[in-house]
Amino acid sequence: MSTDTTGTSRAERPAPQRPLPLFPEPDTEPWWRATAEHRLLYQVGASGRPVFYPRLVGPDALEPGGEWRESAGAGGVYSYTVLRRHGHPFFRSQLPYVVGFVDLDEGFRMLAQVDADPEAIRVGMRVRVGWEDHDGLSVPVFVPDEGRDSVP
Amino acid sequence: MSLRRAAIAGIHEYPDRLTPGMSRLQIKAVSAGRALADAGLHWSDVDALYDAGEVGPMSGIAVAEYFGVTPRVIDTTAVGGSSYEFHAAHAMRDIAAGRARVALLTYGSTARSESRAIGTGGRAGQATPASSMETPYGLNLIANYALVARRHMHEYGTTPEQLAEIAVTARAHAVRNPEAVAALKSLGIRHTGEITIDDVLSSRQIADPLHLLECCMVSDGGGAVVIVADDVARDLRHPPVWLLGAGEAVGYPGNDRDITTSAAARSGPAAFAEAGLAPTDIDIAMIYDSFTITVLTLLEDLGFAEKGGGGTFAVGGRLRWDRPGAPALNTDGGGLSSNHPGMRGIFLLIEATRQLRGESTSQVPGARHAIAHGNGGLLGTRHAAGTIILGKD
Repeated sequence: MSTDTTGTSRAERPAPQRPLPLFPEPDTEPWWRATAEHRLLYQVGASGRPVFYPRLVGPDALEPGGEWRESAGAGGVYSYTVLRRHGHPFFRSQLPYVVGFVDLDEGFRMLAQVDADPEAIRVGMRVRVGWEDHDGLSVPVFVPDEGRDSVP
Repeated sequence: MSLRRAAIAGIHEYPDRLTPGMSRLQIKAVSAGRALADAGLHWSDVDALYDAGEVGPMSGIAVAEYFGVTPRVIDTTAVGGSSYEFHAAHAMRDIAAGRARVALLTYGSTARSESRAIGTGGRAGQATPASSMETPYGLNLIANYALVARRHMHEYGTTPEQLAEIAVTARAHAVRNPEAVAALKSLGIRHTGEITIDDVLSSRQIADPLHLLECCMVSDGGGAVVIVADDVARDLRHPPVWLLGAGEAVGYPGNDRDITTSAAARSGPAAFAEAGLAPTDIDIAMIYDSFTITVLTLLEDLGFAEKGGGGTFAVGGRLRWDRPGAPALNTDGGGLSSNHPGMRGIFLLIEATRQLRGESTSQVPGARHAIAHGNGGLLGTRHAAGTIILGKD
């Protein structure tokens, strides 16, 4: 029996994992599969307007047929919050962390984590997509786009 | 032939906020029996049942069986905390159409005893497109509302002090309500007296910019409301509290939606138009207070203040029961300081009725018109809005 019980138990305890989407979920599964290649997709409906979240039948069509496009991954923060308490072990391990709505330049809005200093984050901050790789998919985590001006 | 009018004739708010050993169904049944007794009716009079499904699947059958009633209208609309405003709207419609004469709405929750999260955003287990896209980021209930508060501050210069004022007002009303004071004590809240803006802003931040004292409590509880047709109402124990107008709407994220405006901006005007009234006619504002930002946003959306003006509208204690010039807000103490077992909408109808009967612990003299507005789901993402305008003869 090891005398170094503290070190052993710490090594054997798995780090808490980020919750990932549960499949099958046929509307959004193609979107998530593309993230494995670090591609941020969105759909465009019959009227030419972006559709997000992805779905089989878009709000401007009566039949399936939204067109997939790839975003450049750049946008601005529409709103945000800094989480300081959380009930889930993974998110507790991230505290404090930022979640916000990001308005992508192609005209769609997504909720995402923003890996920014909680003291520096602000509405209008320019951000670009970054990727956290997992088995079979990558989670978009936006980062400040230092070279770009903010838009209010 | 004119349409039949509908009125609230019986109410009951289950008094305990900690109910160990009780089931949700038991709380619903006890509350229903007492609300029927309050009206002067009995189980056999009930011909319409409205239920939000908190006891489980196929609640329309399960609740009818437990109560031993044989309704000819069964409505299981489930839109979170606003379900009861939707139920009241549907009872108005069903009574007007002659399909129902005595409608029963009930609620029972053991959220506190089960120590479960009361968020209505859906937990892992059943994948939806929305959960698939959002689950990886841990946007919990409070953070969802914080997104609205942050954008509201950005667009309109709303301040933390203005938001805090709403929690201060709720507590001032709770202190006058013995059941609310007992609730605060039973839930282990040490300071049960009035609170100040500084108290709110010095409580710990949960999700910027929202603090602990800007969040509703988590309690057990429940209640019941009996809504009857006008010909029934005339013979009962209390003067009728008429349902004058109703509005329903939902909101969800869009690529260009202004999240500082909720679906109440559609349900509110519809309800006022049906009632033939305006916000300036309202004496009592029962506005869903899951968080301070909820109330601020809804006051604007319902037309009590212009968009962006909610902060200045709420300050200086203007929404207290004893201040003229603005409606009295959540005179029972609200979800912030009296009762929030998860779906608070039924208590909005109950306290509005108390006020129009003259029975509130923070009674506004001569109160004639009230609004009950429920917000269900999550204000920052997907939510439901149910507005009911009430009045007395």
